[in-house]
Amino acid sequence: MPNSKMKTNPKTKTRPQPAVGQPGGRFDVAIIGGGVVGCAIARALSRFRLKTVLLERNEEVAFGATKTNSGIVHAGHNAPANTVKGPLEVRGNKLFDELHKDLHFGFRRCGELVVAMEEAQIPDLEKLKRQGEEKGVAGLEMWAPERIQREEPNLSTKIVMALLAPTAGVINPYEFAFALIENAMANGVELRVNCPVAGIEQAAQGLRLKTPQGVFETRFALNCAGVFADEIAHMLGMKDFRIIPRKGEEYMLDKRLQGLVRRLIFPLPTKTSKGILVIPTFDGTIMVGPTAETTEDRYDWDTTPFGAEKVFSFVRQLCPSITERDTITEFAGLRPASDTDDFIIGPTRVKGFINVAGIQSPGLTAAPAIAERVCDILRDEGLSFEEKDDFEAHTPGTPHFAALSPEEQEFLIKQDPRYGRVVCRCELVTEAEVHGAVDHGARTLDGIKFRTRAGMGRCQGGFCTTRCMDILSKRLDKPFHEITKRGGGSWISVPMEAPVPAKPEGVR
Amino acid sequence: MLGRLEKDYDVVVVGGGPAGMGAALGAREAGAEKVLILDREPDPGGILLQCIHSGFGLHYFKEELSGPEYAERFLAKVVDRDVDVVADCYVSGIAVDSDGSKRVRVMSAKDGVRTVQARSVVLCMGCRERTRGAIRIPGGRPSGVLTAGLAQKLVNMKGQLPGRRVVILGSGDIGLIMARRLRLEGCEVMGVYEILPYTNGLTRNVVQCLDDFGVPLHLSTTVTYIHGRDRLEKVTVSPVDERLRPDLKRSKDIPCDTLLLSIGLIPENELSQSLGIQLDAATAGPQVSSTMETSMPGVFACGNVLHVHDLVDFVTNESLLAGRFAGEKAQGIRRPADNIRTVPGDNVGYVVPHRLSPEREHTLYMRCKKAMKPCRIRVGNLLEKKLRFVVPAEMIMLKIKPDILEKFQGDSLRVDIVPDGGKESNGNG
Repeated sequence: MPNSKMKTNPKTKTRPQPAVGQPGGRFDVAIIGGGVVGCAIARALSRFRLKTVLLERNEEVAFGATKTNSGIVHAGHNAPANTVKGPLEVRGNKLFDELHKDLHFGFRRCGELVVAMEEAQIPDLEKLKRQGEEKGVAGLEMWAPERIQREEPNLSTKIVMALLAPTAGVINPYEFAFALIENAMANGVELRVNCPVAGIEQAAQGLRLKTPQGVFETRFALNCAGVFADEIAHMLGMKDFRIIPRKGEEYMLDKRLQGLVRRLIFPLPTKTSKGILVIPTFDGTIMVGPTAETTEDRYDWDTTPFGAEKVFSFVRQLCPSITERDTITEFAGLRPASDTDDFIIGPTRVKGFINVAGIQSPGLTAAPAIAERVCDILRDEGLSFEEKDDFEAHTPGTPHFAALSPEEQEFLIKQDPRYGRVVCRCELVTEAEVHGAVDHGARTLDGIKFRTRAGMGRCQGGFCTTRCMDILSKRLDKPFHEITKRGGGSWISVPMEAPVPAKPEGVR
Repeated sequence: MLGRLEKDYDVVVVGGGPAGMGAALGAREAGAEKVLILDREPDPGGILLQCIHSGFGLHYFKEELSGPEYAERFLAKVVDRDVDVVADCYVSGIAVDSDGSKRVRVMSAKDGVRTVQARSVVLCMGCRERTRGAIRIPGGRPSGVLTAGLAQKLVNMKGQLPGRRVVILGSGDIGLIMARRLRLEGCEVMGVYEILPYTNGLTRNVVQCLDDFGVPLHLSTTVTYIHGRDRLEKVTVSPVDERLRPDLKRSKDIPCDTLLLSIGLIPENELSQSLGIQLDAATAGPQVSSTMETSMPGVFACGNVLHVHDLVDFVTNESLLAGRFAGEKAQGIRRPADNIRTVPGDNVGYVVPHRLSPEREHTLYMRCKKAMKPCRIRVGNLLEKKLRFVVPAEMIMLKIKPDILEKFQGDSLRVDIVPDGGKESNGNG
């Protein structure tokens, strides 16, 4: 009875952990940035006899745009074929089945509907269908209102036509990135966290990357730095492009609404955005968003009153029963859009320095195809690719207890009693899964949350925070107060021994 | 007995907080032989265990106890009455057989997955705190924004401070208690901000926790923005108008590293919902008969899972009653069905229980929607009682004697709270 999801016992195997406190070193390839693109490239390179390092500025990978993403694998009909991203989007989509088979991240091809709200939009919908067919997107179909209402009864009856793309899917983007880097590390890639690149110099044999952990000498450096990609290029004096972050706010609704829509629901896209969507996430919640607002601040992850108003007034047109009152949490992310509004992938006038920049939507979909493209570029630039004999493509995931049948759950508890102890009651996350998350690389509370869903539910961590912190504290051998939400200055508590004295006259 | 888990019980109680322990005792007092308490935490006692302040037991024990003391006394009684108590377990589902008996699925690291038969079940899962998402405060997502209850657990159970410079949003009792607790630990408490024109906590807590410690209370004011990337740096607070819309022009920023939320409690009824039990939209708890039985025969509810209480003593009274009826039902004792429905009328938020029987005495639990003083509670045309004041923060209890209900002819009984002497007040009582 146990299925493939259940073969791991996280107790049995110690996995490679990020190198801490070690000096730099000499590498063939250094990847700057551990978002989904950097992680996909790391995993692609790990098939070959190369010395590769990934340098991540945060405490864990995937903590930038990857974490705050809509979690969609697009079918591929949206980006025009004559752009850089166009063909990569279609190719990327096709690569997901095999990756999913190897790496066990949350992914489901649920299909998407692009809807037209008035007759005048139907020609645009037909144009989108033709564009998709020309790009090789399979299974596109036009649906009349009757069919729409039958398949998605909660959508607005005002919708006049919809384009179905059955190959679109939903994905937990952070799980995807975690699985990619874990597999890459198992195959020899080195990960350095808390390791921002502060300067780059050209050297006789390539490039020298300066970081707080020392100097990394490398033949090739891949600029996968997301919203900071232009700053990285500036370090070598290149000002060819600029990143103009585009903020998107998303609103997560209560699980009670599970099943409200079965497919991704898109309005007709505009020039700057694919619009505000209704997303049936992989984990079964409904998410609505994102907005699209340009911002100058690369740390501006604030949600706004204005964003909420926009999102809810818009999605109510698609799906009238959605209300703001169902929100359990909200967040914002920054799309690393470039001023060319396309992906910027390729070598530069500095030998060995390769840009993989401006990877906004559909960057998550395209990531596996981008990794293939980058390998080709490196080969063209003179790096020799020799396949490893012992490459292990498979990384078993930790079972998600809540998603298993009662029999499977019972089987797991018999194998490991820690599956019988519930840590997060809202999402039914067990102690074994939290330990599994640490085994798989979690170092922060968010690292636990994004691997297990502990703290993502209705109570938003009210009950499980201290339990997860206890486990992290024990497993990482750090005092309780050194456990952070997401690294850096995101401390959660301070020890009681050294309180700051109160103002003598009180605080009035 | 602690840790003993058998296969068959008269009454299974889900939750080992004050409600669960009260229900188990009530069931034993009614003559139920075999009673089991299931609790998800490593130690039974519920949230009482983190409430190390005093003020518990004034009504029930006639003395002032701390939360853990109150829990300990009850646990001793429960064990003394030979109730089985299993902690560190999780009820993952309840199935109802065709003969009405229940199968409770229990998971634990110690016993694995076990199914327990029960003739009656009492739901005592308590409540959870409303979070930032529920009131959608815009801004960043730094660490340092947490519910008052989590802060209480950090301080009282883990010996950790949630921060050093604290703003509290919402004037619920846990927030008020934490204002004092953090002042005692040397933290700066910048103020308590409440969007409503009156506090949501008990008056005694406003006096003992804020006034006595010089913590300012700002009514009709709310937090409208959260600033900070990694850690909270400051919050923006803004006054609100009578329709609770913030006036952003009159905003100001308060530097702080911690924002505690004390903005309400929600009964935890996911298990109840999985059983298809009917809930009351006003309480977010089950609809119950005068015997505290839910819409599912043989399943009872009491304590904060039914409606949020102010004082643990009231939880105890209610759950002793619920346990008694659950115990009677398990022994096959039938009572005539309730035939009177309670209906919340003017200025009444809710009334529990939802149905009554003229057979015996009842206690009605209710809350007003807005503060009023002086006022009268009117129960149909049967009963009127004068009150000096009512405030939403303080639960109102009203005893109804059977002889009064016997006179009643209709099938629905409306309860109103109306001004006495004509003048309404919007002060904070």
